[in-house]
Amino acid sequence: MSKRSNTPYWVAFWIVIAALIVAPLVLPEFWRRFLTEILIWGLLAMSSDILIGYTGMVSFGHSAFFGLGLYGAAAALLTVKPPNLWLAILYGLAGSAAAALFVAYFATRLRDIYFAISTLIFSQIFYVIIFTLTEFTGGENGLNFSRPQLGIPGIYTVPFTSETLHWFVLAVVTASYLILRRITQSPFGMVLQSIRENEARTRAIGYTVERYKIVAVMLSGLFAGLSGVLYAIQNRFAAPDFVYFVISGDAVIFNVMGGIGTLVGPIFGAAFFLLLREVFSRFFTEFYLIPVGIIFILMVIFLPQGLLGFAKRWLNR
Amino acid sequence: MSAPQPPVQPLVTVDDIHTFYGKSHILHGVSLVVGKGEVVGLLGRNGVGKSTTLKTIMGLVRPSQGEVRLEGRAVTSLPAHKLARLGIGYVPEDRRIFKLLSVMENLRTGLDRHGVAEARKRELLGKVFEYFPVLAERRGQAGGTLSGGEQQMLAIARAMMLEPKIILLDEPTEGLMPRMVSQIKQIVDVLHREGVAILLVEQNVPLTLEASQRVYIMEKGMVRHHAAASELRVNDAVIQQYLGV
Amino acid sequence: MDMLWHVWDAIASHRDIIIIQTINGIVTGMILALVASGLTLIFGIMDVVNFAHGELFMLGAYVGVVVLATSGSFWLALVLSTLIVGLIGAALQITTLRPLLGRDPLTTILATFGISLVLQNYALWQFGPVPRKIEEPITGQFALFYLQYPWYRLLIAALSAAIIGGLYLFLKYGTYGIWIRATTQDRVMAQAMGIPVPWVHTAVFAIGAGMAAASGVLFGPLVGINHAMGLDWVLKAFIVVVVGGMGNLGGSIAAAILVSLLEAYAVIVISEINLGGQPLSPALAIIVPFIVLIVTLLFRPTGLFVPTPK
Repeated sequence: MSKRSNTPYWVAFWIVIAALIVAPLVLPEFWRRFLTEILIWGLLAMSSDILIGYTGMVSFGHSAFFGLGLYGAAAALLTVKPPNLWLAILYGLAGSAAAALFVAYFATRLRDIYFAISTLIFSQIFYVIIFTLTEFTGGENGLNFSRPQLGIPGIYTVPFTSETLHWFVLAVVTASYLILRRITQSPFGMVLQSIRENEARTRAIGYTVERYKIVAVMLSGLFAGLSGVLYAIQNRFAAPDFVYFVISGDAVIFNVMGGIGTLVGPIFGAAFFLLLREVFSRFFTEFYLIPVGIIFILMVIFLPQGLLGFAKRWLNR
Repeated sequence: MSAPQPPVQPLVTVDDIHTFYGKSHILHGVSLVVGKGEVVGLLGRNGVGKSTTLKTIMGLVRPSQGEVRLEGRAVTSLPAHKLARLGIGYVPEDRRIFKLLSVMENLRTGLDRHGVAEARKRELLGKVFEYFPVLAERRGQAGGTLSGGEQQMLAIARAMMLEPKIILLDEPTEGLMPRMVSQIKQIVDVLHREGVAILLVEQNVPLTLEASQRVYIMEKGMVRHHAAASELRVNDAVIQQYLGV
Repeated sequence: MDMLWHVWDAIASHRDIIIIQTINGIVTGMILALVASGLTLIFGIMDVVNFAHGELFMLGAYVGVVVLATSGSFWLALVLSTLIVGLIGAALQITTLRPLLGRDPLTTILATFGISLVLQNYALWQFGPVPRKIEEPITGQFALFYLQYPWYRLLIAALSAAIIGGLYLFLKYGTYGIWIRATTQDRVMAQAMGIPVPWVHTAVFAIGAGMAAASGVLFGPLVGINHAMGLDWVLKAFIVVVVGGMGNLGGSIAAAILVSLLEAYAVIVISEINLGGQPLSPALAIIVPFIVLIVTLLFRPTGLFVPTPK
């Protein structure tokens, strides 16, 4: 690992963080929520990047991880009174961990396309289950619940304001980013990338590829679930829509648009997509996916490294 | 010893070709000429770039520099299927016949071309079955069930279906039994009689010297020596220098 | 012993619905086989996982609706839809998939995913969210044992079988069939033999698209046509392709019927189960194909009907 100075990177990092901290104080309500949403989807995109960008495993199953985080948190917030923030996080992570375990099992036995298709089908089944077990999940209508309070129940709690919620989400996402960054830059992360480059060779060198894949899936699933929990806290609403394949598809779009294998790229990808959606909705209403989809296809063909890759090349000129 | 005269009617001209596989610089400026109806040998140790040269001529690999000309016309950037239609036949190392297609279907991949009359097709087929009776016998069998020697014959017959002006033959005797080697020599002679030019890449030096009129010798991605085959038959030193172990 | 008697009793008392579901399973299976054939053809020859296959199916159904509305002829709708969507497929392949030749296979999944998004929303835009219907060309039912069964459903099964049979013949005989098979086996050598491989790829994609469209029109009268119908079909088609063996046409048909039959029977079983006082939704039957997929991938990854290579 090079000891080359990373100062420019950290400077940029802190500037961005500072901007994000200040943002809710200066932005109107709508854009405040928009920014918070970008962060939440950015976390989902990052979690997906661990699999797609670093381990080379395309997964369409993130809607299941996200959804279990979402419904798990909902379960906590509905069944335990008063609604407990940490319990919500716990339930959500437990739920997505269970799904991740299931997917991880198959990750080690299926390669490439077969894995991708299986995750896709799995997430759809999960959707059907949520949709039809109306008794437990509220079915089509979803579940409404209240937002928990920030703090430690029994000792000190304070309701979230729009700003403090944003800062809480920012803290969680930033911490997640730093953790994931540390992991991807560690020897473990190097092995993952080696698996992506050439699985056979990695195995030949002596690494038990299966173990690494399982850990990668668990990591990815947990952080995706975390983003689901955050979404639950922000929106106080869970619906089968959020377990539908579209969520997985969105995660993949964020990754491609931002740049796979860069961790921070997908966050920009999420921001870019959400912005495009805002802009195009003005002209195309709910059909914004037609132009945005075309842009996506064009990016796959002409900008395979995503926005970040494009920016890197442009800056290196 | 001066280099032999260039052929009066050049058919295929390779002009200063540089080819890369990824970052590996395989061909460092290869130039050679094959004249109409000529049999030209291409010798060299393993890995010097002989197969790559053939693949570049066939349009299966794109050179980064240099030109390939067919009857004077630059064809470097044309895709392989156009070159096949223009009259270049290719018989690769390891034959690569279509294993799951029958012998007949293998032949048809070259035979079924637009603008060829049915009568002509029957003629071509008849000729090929005359030269290779074993293929006629096995015409309904899947290509993968043929022996090594039979597959080699099928690969050559298949290329002949294109009525090519030149056939690129890549190590036709590799892996074949000794008595098949003389059969390959006979086929080369037959093709030569028919007026088909041949660029023959081989490890088998005596065969190459016997069958060819001129020979190029390659080393490390370049043509190092060029002589008439008759000269090389008597001059062992050159062969030893470039091909000796 | 007692258990067996219970099972026999259960089967006997559900005799009617079991018969109906068996035929339904076969009929749906044939349509699924048609959709899956196109998918496996494209994958086998071009190594492209066509995510947009379900949307081509959906598009075919909608084009059928339009042609039917303007001409009144179901058969014209079937033929025109196949041709039009086939051409659209060719255009899509040329513009978005050809540039991706030689790149990471992941990119074609992504590109076709993008196409599916655009097509889905385009359909939503043009036709709205309310499901459309195609009228059956043949109405009326016939006596199946002592039950009534619609003629039209048998017709679909027969037509699907005919189209697949036609495809098989086309591939087996005929110059272009040889070109396609040669390209599948050895793309590079096919080129060296003068076969215009890029156009073979385009043609194959167009054929696959056309078959998906035909399935859409045939299936139209059975359910409402809406912009989101593609996803379920493409998922099941993928399952069928994997279970039947990639590139194995016969395997796909067998797998399609197997999966559809199992799902049809599962519907019977599921609607008998009560959970929390309410019957389970038959939509849960989708789990069955998934289980078949997982079992196949774990024990016979090359396909249930393909002998495992040594």
